[in-house]
Amino acid sequence: MILTELRKGERGTIRQIHADPELKRRLHSFGIIPGEELEVKGCSLARQTIEIDVDGTLIALRKEEAEKIEVTPEHEEHPVPLHIQQ
Amino acid sequence: METNPIRVALVGQPNVGKSSLINAISNAHLHVGNFAGVTVEKSEVQMHYCDPDGCREYEITIVDLPGAYSLNDYTQEERVTKEFLLDGDYDLILNVVDATHLQRNLLLTAELLELGKKMVVALNMIDEAEKEGIEIDAEQLSAILGVPVVKTSARKKRGLDELLATIVRVYKQQETRSKIVYSDFIEEEIDRLVRFFMEKNYRSDIPYRHLAIRLLKEDTRIYKQMHDEPIWIELLPILREALDHIYLHTGKRDLDEIFADEHFAFAKGAKMEVISTKAMRAQNITQKIDNLLINKYLGIPIFLFLMWGLFQLTFTLGAMPMDWIQAGIDWASAQAHHLLGDGELGSVVGDGIIQGVGAVLLFLPNIIILFIGIALLETTGYMARVAFLLDGFFHKFGLHGKSFIPLVTGFGCTVPAYMAARTLKSRSDRLITLFILGFFSCSARIPVYVLFAGAFFGVEHAGNILFLIYITGAILGLIAAKVLRTFFFKEEDDPFVMEMPKYRLPSLKLIYHVVYGQAADYLHKAGTFILAASVLIWFASNYPKQPELVAQYQQKIEQAADAQSKDRLQAELQTRQLEKSYLGQLGKWTEPFFAPLGFDWRMSVALEAGLAAKEVIVSTLGVLYSLGDQVSAESQGLRERLRAEISLPAAVAFIVFVMIYIPCLASMAVFYREAGGWKYLLYLFLMTTATAWLLSFLAYNGVRFLTQSGG
Repeated sequence: MILTELRKGERGTIRQIHADPELKRRLHSFGIIPGEELEVKGCSLARQTIEIDVDGTLIALRKEEAEKIEVTPEHEEHPVPLHIQQ
Repeated sequence: METNPIRVALVGQPNVGKSSLINAISNAHLHVGNFAGVTVEKSEVQMHYCDPDGCREYEITIVDLPGAYSLNDYTQEERVTKEFLLDGDYDLILNVVDATHLQRNLLLTAELLELGKKMVVALNMIDEAEKEGIEIDAEQLSAILGVPVVKTSARKKRGLDELLATIVRVYKQQETRSKIVYSDFIEEEIDRLVRFFMEKNYRSDIPYRHLAIRLLKEDTRIYKQMHDEPIWIELLPILREALDHIYLHTGKRDLDEIFADEHFAFAKGAKMEVISTKAMRAQNITQKIDNLLINKYLGIPIFLFLMWGLFQLTFTLGAMPMDWIQAGIDWASAQAHHLLGDGELGSVVGDGIIQGVGAVLLFLPNIIILFIGIALLETTGYMARVAFLLDGFFHKFGLHGKSFIPLVTGFGCTVPAYMAARTLKSRSDRLITLFILGFFSCSARIPVYVLFAGAFFGVEHAGNILFLIYITGAILGLIAAKVLRTFFFKEEDDPFVMEMPKYRLPSLKLIYHVVYGQAADYLHKAGTFILAASVLIWFASNYPKQPELVAQYQQKIEQAADAQSKDRLQAELQTRQLEKSYLGQLGKWTEPFFAPLGFDWRMSVALEAGLAAKEVIVSTLGVLYSLGDQVSAESQGLRERLRAEISLPAAVAFIVFVMIYIPCLASMAVFYREAGGWKYLLYLFLMTTATAWLLSFLAYNGVRFLTQSGG
């Protein structure tokens, strides 16, 4: 599941980031790292940008960037392993 | 007594209160250096400190570096910071850490520790953390990091003395014990390399451990440096093996990612060990405010309303002291004439200097209010929310959401706005923002707008007109951005990843410093640059003298029958003299260029003088029209004078022209530096002048058509 599929108020765990190294490093430096939990806090009109909370830090992401972040929703107990999914 | 200089590099992530901290320290210990709202370039603050033990005098220089989330030079600001940390001249690092976001802040700390320099950590905003129920064991954290940790609060003035004492203590230490512990499999490889260096008795400026770490991280500098040394041949196979082990262990080959994981594990581990949260945070205030301010539907209307309010305030509140200032200027001008006589000296002081500079001083209240407003937006954290709200919209015009920050700064002054554009990473984003910044009217243009709006639309509508001008400018800017993105800078814009800082009540002191600094700049400009320009314009409008013309009129005046026709002849003489002056010649020469816009030669001259600075437009008009003013019995304000002499379509066209053409000389210099080339400056000049002319032409004819058809 990708980050943009989470609704406002839903939580999830970051599983993987499918981005070029530069963007990945940038996301890392904000604390967006696989294994961390996040919560979707809000979004702007037409979901152009979304706001997430990672370890108490509020971060704004554009839709294009959020789509690169793969998450496991909180309620999903047994995530589908990656190799099966692909 | 000898003084020992200590140079401290102040580093931290954005929004951790570095500037507030430096301000709090320096206020308590002597003088404050310069203070910019957002630190884009490094700035220095000096203070004295007397070590109570040895009673030695220290001179501590703190180099305030731009905020950086990490040291991987993503933005230009981060590059400034990284380069200074690697090559700059400093004795130790002061790492400011936000106690309420410890884990994320420690990611940067981990990178700093790898530099192997002496370091002190300031655990800042500790008061806020305690309020949120977060307790941090500073001693434990210090043990983990291997460097001293001091709890500080800039607002509550906590830990400031201790921080300075710690800086001096660390400075006196021989070497640093800073450390970052990696996973075992990396530690093993580090040990292997360190052992090798020890066996070889290798000469190194930096500790073996740090050397080993930088080799494992494939640090280009170290590779270049060691590449030409004999040890390289023996080192290479060991290093290759070490890297292979690491790859095997992690299943990854991306060293950046491997070390990012390490830093993350380190930061998380450190946080777990030192933090104890008393209660789970309930929904805090920031989130409550955010629910309203970045609401899907209400967010943008609220933002527009706030901006409208700001411009209303700027005009209505700012208009109050204007009458007093005007009275003061007129009094001073009359005094100058009285004291210095009606000769050349009286004229240059009374008409040139006092009227010219006075015309600019008149707008100080407006400008202070606008600066307060922008400083409030910046320091409360609202600016980031607006970037969030607008990114989707901006994106459609080829702009980045973050461009909003320089653009709003541009309402204050274009010069710092050009510098603020450095937060944008990609060159095309930055250039587009630089190019369109001129459309976002700077405060120096307010005098022109206020003058013309007041004169032609009445004072009661001026606030709305002002808002309309700004909005129109902004829309034009967006259109220009779209054009530039479509035809000139075709690359995709940058990813949008931005921290939304917590809402903070602005500290009065911070606002005061920012506004005071900017108002002082404005006054300084009025006292130097604009004074000189006023004298120049006075000279150009009074010379060359025309004795024949004067004699001719003198005769006519003497022959005139009544006082009324004497006045009329006197006025005619003034006008003829002005037209023949250098300024008049320049105006006449360029008049054909401006004629299709309905401008007479005086307006043309004002616009040309405005290339130097926009305040000069008003002072030029002030000089030009006050000269003619002497003749009339009662002193008329510039406003009435303009209304009498300029038609409404020409006035609108004039406002449009001022809105668009190049801001000032200083901005051109900064633009050249930031854009990186004369080529771009030339483009900017051509683009703004052509657009200004074209739109003024449309405005002039549009208004003329409307007023004629409307009767």
